[in-house]
Amino acid sequence: MNVPDYSVWFNEKQHSGDHGRKLTGMPRTPRLHLPPTPARPGESPDFSYLQLSPAGAVPRPDVNARARDIGYLSLELVRVLDDAHDAVGPWHPHLEPAELQVGLRHMLLTRIYDDRMQRNQRSGKITFYMRSLGEEAVAVAQCMALRPRDMLFPSYRTQGLHIARGLPLVDMMCQLLSNTRDMCKGRQLPVMYHSAAQRLFSISGNLATQFPQAVGWAMAAAIKGEDDLAAAWIGEGSSAEADFHHALLFAAVYQAPVILNLVNNQWAISTFQGYAGGEQRSFAARGPGYGIAGIRVDGNDFLAVHAVTQWAAERARIGAGPTLIELVTYRAAAHSTSDDPSRYRAKDDYAHWPLGDPIERLKAHLIKHAGWTEERHQALVEELDAQVTASWKEAVTHGTLADGPRLDPDLMFEDVFKVMPPNLERQRAAMHAERSDVRWRK
Amino acid sequence: MAQMNMTQALNSAMDVMLGRDPAVVLMGEDIGYFGGVFRVTDGLQRKYGAHRVLDTPIAEGGIVAAAIGMAVNGLRPVAEIQFADYIYPGFDQITSELARLRYRSAGDFYAPVTIRTPCGGGIRGGQTHSQSPEAIFTHVCGLKVVMPSNPYDAKGLLIAAIEDDDPVIFFEPKRLYNGPFDGDPAKPAAPWSTHPKGEVPEGHYRVPLGKAEIVRPGRDLTIVSYGTMVHVAAAAASAHGLDAEIIDLRSLVPLDTDTICASVRNTGRCVIAHEATRFSGFGAEILSVIQEECFWDLQAPIQRVTGWDTPYPHAFEWEYFPSQARFAAAFRVVMEPA
Repeated sequence: MNVPDYSVWFNEKQHSGDHGRKLTGMPRTPRLHLPPTPARPGESPDFSYLQLSPAGAVPRPDVNARARDIGYLSLELVRVLDDAHDAVGPWHPHLEPAELQVGLRHMLLTRIYDDRMQRNQRSGKITFYMRSLGEEAVAVAQCMALRPRDMLFPSYRTQGLHIARGLPLVDMMCQLLSNTRDMCKGRQLPVMYHSAAQRLFSISGNLATQFPQAVGWAMAAAIKGEDDLAAAWIGEGSSAEADFHHALLFAAVYQAPVILNLVNNQWAISTFQGYAGGEQRSFAARGPGYGIAGIRVDGNDFLAVHAVTQWAAERARIGAGPTLIELVTYRAAAHSTSDDPSRYRAKDDYAHWPLGDPIERLKAHLIKHAGWTEERHQALVEELDAQVTASWKEAVTHGTLADGPRLDPDLMFEDVFKVMPPNLERQRAAMHAERSDVRWRK
Repeated sequence: MAQMNMTQALNSAMDVMLGRDPAVVLMGEDIGYFGGVFRVTDGLQRKYGAHRVLDTPIAEGGIVAAAIGMAVNGLRPVAEIQFADYIYPGFDQITSELARLRYRSAGDFYAPVTIRTPCGGGIRGGQTHSQSPEAIFTHVCGLKVVMPSNPYDAKGLLIAAIEDDDPVIFFEPKRLYNGPFDGDPAKPAAPWSTHPKGEVPEGHYRVPLGKAEIVRPGRDLTIVSYGTMVHVAAAAASAHGLDAEIIDLRSLVPLDTDTICASVRNTGRCVIAHEATRFSGFGAEILSVIQEECFWDLQAPIQRVTGWDTPYPHAFEWEYFPSQARFAAAFRVVMEPA
């Protein structure tokens, strides 16, 4: 590695960037701080940087506690499931076994769906995919802790929300296929689902934009005097965008009934969370910085995620203010099908992740306390596997990349505006002429 | 000379400049350890250190603003915006600050920042990985705007951009990173080694900003284009048996009006092509210049070949992308006898 020779900066003739000022006092050795990355390829996974609290150790304050009085929540880590698979402490949500089994089912379905769609991308049936492997508890438990009328502003790695809200798998698959039943009418990359009926907002593809929009939605609910709330998801990497700060500011100023969820999965493509500002202080601590509650929670602990979300929802609904939740989890898979993490992080990293796997942990808890068995689990896996297979079979009848039926290309010109302006009508006609021009048709 | 694709040529330009000028620093999302999502900065952090090839937070506004501050303090930052579609959070810093710093301070401050960003479609990237927003930046006074169409120009233009004391927005047509593209997605991809402009000198050279290139001389008509469409235009004209003079602008700002007008005066016919949407697209500016300067030389109405005025649609990529067929329609009008 070459350390640049800054001594040349004292020689104006050699310095192409002399701006008419004297560059003096420049140290010869760079002293800019660069956040460390714990383990790169060839190194052993290292999670010693993580600050963990024992399960059950963090007090649960009243839902209308003032943000300034509960700052500790943003620095500790709320956990319910301990290493013996028992649920302990004040955040234990005491959910019915049946509800926990629903949670397990949604998480498993999300994982099986992800796995199959990943393979469908690899075999060329869809153009792109993003898995949520290891982060299933975040979306599923949070969705289950909210009401059906609450508006969800997903990120591109929270498909558990769509699954837990009951969006049919066939609908999701048709979006991935950009086929004739694609809810986006072919206009969006795969995984950018939406459902107005199920109150799942359209995913942009640009990062962090949904965060302040969710605050606006919640402000509107408050203006209208309704008790619905909004919840939004963002990655720790994209929390670097100004939109994150706009969201916290507006949420604080108007005490909007919103839950702002920051999914800290440690990686933004190749970049470790230190580069998003996580090195010096927790992301949750930004909440109290703005005057709103911030809570750090074990994102792989279904019970803890559910409990914290329920606490924040109640808080928002009674008008006690917004909450920033940092869900500490791990991006177990690649960023997307265009990414290869073996280039930038340690091998077998997920196997060493100290917070384990969300599905395995809930499963072990259910086996110990709720009559769940390996046999029932295996049967559930097979049932969900068959559901995914059947759904895919149905989805492809509406078209694939290779086989018809295809979406009508005329749809390209619709919905730019509510009413199509004349220039687009002319362009649509030009496209028809182009497509029927046999000399050029492939 | 060496064989390079466009990513290697751009990498080589930054390698040369990091080696020559200690004021040059690179910054952007995933550009350091990882070498960029398109591998354009591959190996440069290892070679020059993490203080000169900086990974940044995902904050385009922050990246541009920090680059301005660094530039004011004597550095010469080359910032990467991972996709041109993601440049908008940096828009205020680019248009209100970077572009105007020299003007508002009467030249006492300026910021020699180069912003590199991959643009354009043809890779199934959908609406957030396919846009061509160059015209927006040409409308901002104080920014130079560049878009190469081949590895040789890419390297020479990037070096010229880094050495330029004014800010440069440097668009990289991502469909051209690995090879020329004639608009036909069904054809097997050709590598740059099959193209003469894949021959790239390893050392320092400049391709001057503001100078267009006549890619191919011709007498029947003039085709003015830049980026990916240069290749589509050439293929379309050839398939149509037209002796087209093809001009690759390379720089949109400053615009080489002399080369454009000299050609149109000879041919009397002109097609303008870009991948970006048509309405208020850069083609409208070129068309105006020709109308003002060459009206009496024209033998047919000037035609534009562009993307449609819609967001870039994932499923209709090849109905959207300006194809050779779209050129054919333009040729029919522009080649009408006078």
